[in-house]
Amino acid sequence: MSENQRIIEIEVLRYNPETDKEPSKQVFEVPFTDDMSVLQGVQYIKDYLDGSLSFRWSCRMAICGSCGMMINGEPSLSCETFLRDYYPARVRVEALAHFPIEKDLVINMEGFIEKLESIQPYIIPKEERTLAQGEYLQTPAQLASYEQFSSCINCMLCYAACPQFGLNSEFIGPAAMALLHRYNIDSRDGGTAERMELVNSEEGVFNCTAVGYCSEVCPKHVDPANAVNQNKTNSAADYFMRFLTPKGGAK
Amino acid sequence: MESYKADVVIVGGGGAGLRAAIAVAESDPALKIALVSKVYPMRSHTVAAEGGSAGVKLPTDSLEYHFNDTVGGGDWLCEQDVVEYFVAHCNEELTQLEHWGCPWSRTPDGHVNVRAFGGMKIERTWFAADKTGFHMLHTLFQTSIKYPSIKRFDEHFCVDLVVEDGRVQGVVTIEIGSGEMALVEGKSVVIATGGAGRVFRENTNGGIVTGDGMALAYRHGVPLRDMEFVQYHPTCMPGTGLLFTEACRGEGGFLVNKDGYRYLQDYGLGPAEPSPRNKAMELGPRDRLSQAFWYEQQKGRTIEGQHGSVVHLDLRHLGEAKLRERLPQIYELAEQFLGVDPARAPIPVRPAVHYTMGGIMVDGLCASPLPGLYAAGECSSVGIHGANRLGSNSLSELCVFGKVAGEEAARFAKAAAPGNSASLLKQAQAVEQRLVGLKTKTGGSERIATLRKEMAQTMEDGCGIYRLAETMQATCDKLDELKERFKDVNVEDKSSVWNTEWLLAIELEYQLDVAQSMAYSAINRRESRGAHQRLDGFEKRDDENFLKHSQAHYVAGGAPRIDYGAVKITKSQPGTRAYGAAGEKAEQERKASNV
Repeated sequence: MSENQRIIEIEVLRYNPETDKEPSKQVFEVPFTDDMSVLQGVQYIKDYLDGSLSFRWSCRMAICGSCGMMINGEPSLSCETFLRDYYPARVRVEALAHFPIEKDLVINMEGFIEKLESIQPYIIPKEERTLAQGEYLQTPAQLASYEQFSSCINCMLCYAACPQFGLNSEFIGPAAMALLHRYNIDSRDGGTAERMELVNSEEGVFNCTAVGYCSEVCPKHVDPANAVNQNKTNSAADYFMRFLTPKGGAK
Repeated sequence: MESYKADVVIVGGGGAGLRAAIAVAESDPALKIALVSKVYPMRSHTVAAEGGSAGVKLPTDSLEYHFNDTVGGGDWLCEQDVVEYFVAHCNEELTQLEHWGCPWSRTPDGHVNVRAFGGMKIERTWFAADKTGFHMLHTLFQTSIKYPSIKRFDEHFCVDLVVEDGRVQGVVTIEIGSGEMALVEGKSVVIATGGAGRVFRENTNGGIVTGDGMALAYRHGVPLRDMEFVQYHPTCMPGTGLLFTEACRGEGGFLVNKDGYRYLQDYGLGPAEPSPRNKAMELGPRDRLSQAFWYEQQKGRTIEGQHGSVVHLDLRHLGEAKLRERLPQIYELAEQFLGVDPARAPIPVRPAVHYTMGGIMVDGLCASPLPGLYAAGECSSVGIHGANRLGSNSLSELCVFGKVAGEEAARFAKAAAPGNSASLLKQAQAVEQRLVGLKTKTGGSERIATLRKEMAQTMEDGCGIYRLAETMQATCDKLDELKERFKDVNVEDKSSVWNTEWLLAIELEYQLDVAQSMAYSAINRRESRGAHQRLDGFEKRDDENFLKHSQAHYVAGGAPRIDYGAVKITKSQPGTRAYGAAGEKAEQERKASNV
């Protein structure tokens, strides 16, 4: 062990559905260096202390979205959260809040995937164009209008942060709404009308109580709260417009 | 055991697998597609590609230039007819992604912008800031949702192929969430499982990049081609190996040694000019840059760091505004992981393993020698990278050959007779018995992590940037030993739900096979070419004896058998591979002699 290595306690919320009635905590002593992430700490446990610990991870660089966990109660990507910032206190690691736990730190994300699929997250072309005609023109300003909303890595930290999703798991939620907004405002897209039905629905934007914690925990500065709020305005306008125009309000 | 019937099974949900699935769906919506991936598709390692994707775009560029850059960059070990097809289809595929919504960075007038990249004569790298792979992957994944014929098996780990009557007829999977195994029948199978960089210690790859698909094909008699060619990317984070994209240099970044000197000018890449010129200095190819690092280290001109020697990637002169716009992810990586503000201090970097040039041997239509089995992307060797891949060719490859593989697999599936389900299921049950046995057996004494670390260390020792017969032999011996010790591996976790320890054991066995194919291919190639450089009397390229593809054949319980196949040369005869001023001179001479 090198001299700049210290020992930190990592408390992990364990749950094995085959043997446990409910989750319980287990504490591990993990040697660490200043550049080690919480993910590396958890990997150390799996490699050397307890091979049965389960968690998702892959890229180690905050882009694949796999390794979200509650770290001392805050939704965080474990790969870019560092053990040094907790030492000498113990650090507590749990599965993301508001989701069913499958095992240990692994949550069931099927519900999220269904939401993502439900918003038609693809270009519904405003005007058809063949490949031979080349690319659609899109100015840097047009790109900039939706770019941040296209940066969501689907890590679901925002769902773990959202009190409304905690109360009602049917709520479409921040990330899916940001993605919906991303396509709606893309200059190439003409699918807003089809998507507005979901925005206006019972699972839609009006579940949001504008707490804004989703944007605070977002590791990619997507600002989903902003997308949700823009859609509240759009939805209200859409609701109003459908009394005035025969085909509903959306453009 | 459950079984599911598809027409085409695609293994791997990254860029190539998704593109293949869409191609099958578009070629015939009646074909049932099973897309099997051990992670949710958007977690696939395509997500981590940063710099961009190559496709001829500017009026000053040409397909011929892209062809020449690629073939020369690969040190002439490329299938030239395949490269010709590739360069001719990149632009179309990248435009297709644009139509599907990929947020490509733009010029002020709204066209897709391109940037410079290593070894490329003209700017032709399409980019979405420095998250190109992320955006391509999410665009493909989200677009794939449009097609009802694509049935996804997310978080299902493919553990074997089922082969009968001389053709592949399906795969065996483990549903990770339940531990249940299943047979997925398919009249054709596309492998798109990515590379194998995790067999090395310091690498840029995600934890999932374990070469599974390569090992699957290999164990069923399909050769792995050119496996000795493993790319070291020159600018990676010390310790973790995380990548700082080549686009840092494409945007004008410098590489300097401990004296602040742009050392690449000492290695045939100069002259040093105020900003890196295409195919010179910092915009040379990756193999040459990583090799130059090695020499600087030998000369004592690198900087000692906590995780070994480093040089400096200096981006300060680009200014914060440009860095935030063009390289936002790099900016955050440097800040978050290293505490370095790249607008104010240089970033310490060193080479790390990045890419597997070789892979499952396939022809230009992505067909392997096993009927019905196709492969695309990093797991495959379709022949475009040769001995050294040029940056930004691999993302284009995913699209161009993902599509080809999908279309060909669809065609094969439509012509194929249905399989004998009962006997396929019997095979799958035998696979289940073997793998469940690995989990339930008791008394093993070898820890998975220990074996994995020893494997990764010996690969770095023997198959690094420069290679010697003696150390390569030691690596071969060590791998033999590890395979033997693997028989005594201990899986502590006996549970069914999310038993990732069991999966790690299966992956490790795959990795050991793939590592062997690399080490034995390396020691048998007695020359230096591209990323395979020797210092033991074989320092030169030897076209007479080794202008050949190596082919590693699996031998159960023993060392791989290595033989060689011809290289397809069409219009570019092997020449001197030179960059910088020397490269320009060589190109002039080639032109003059061709007239």
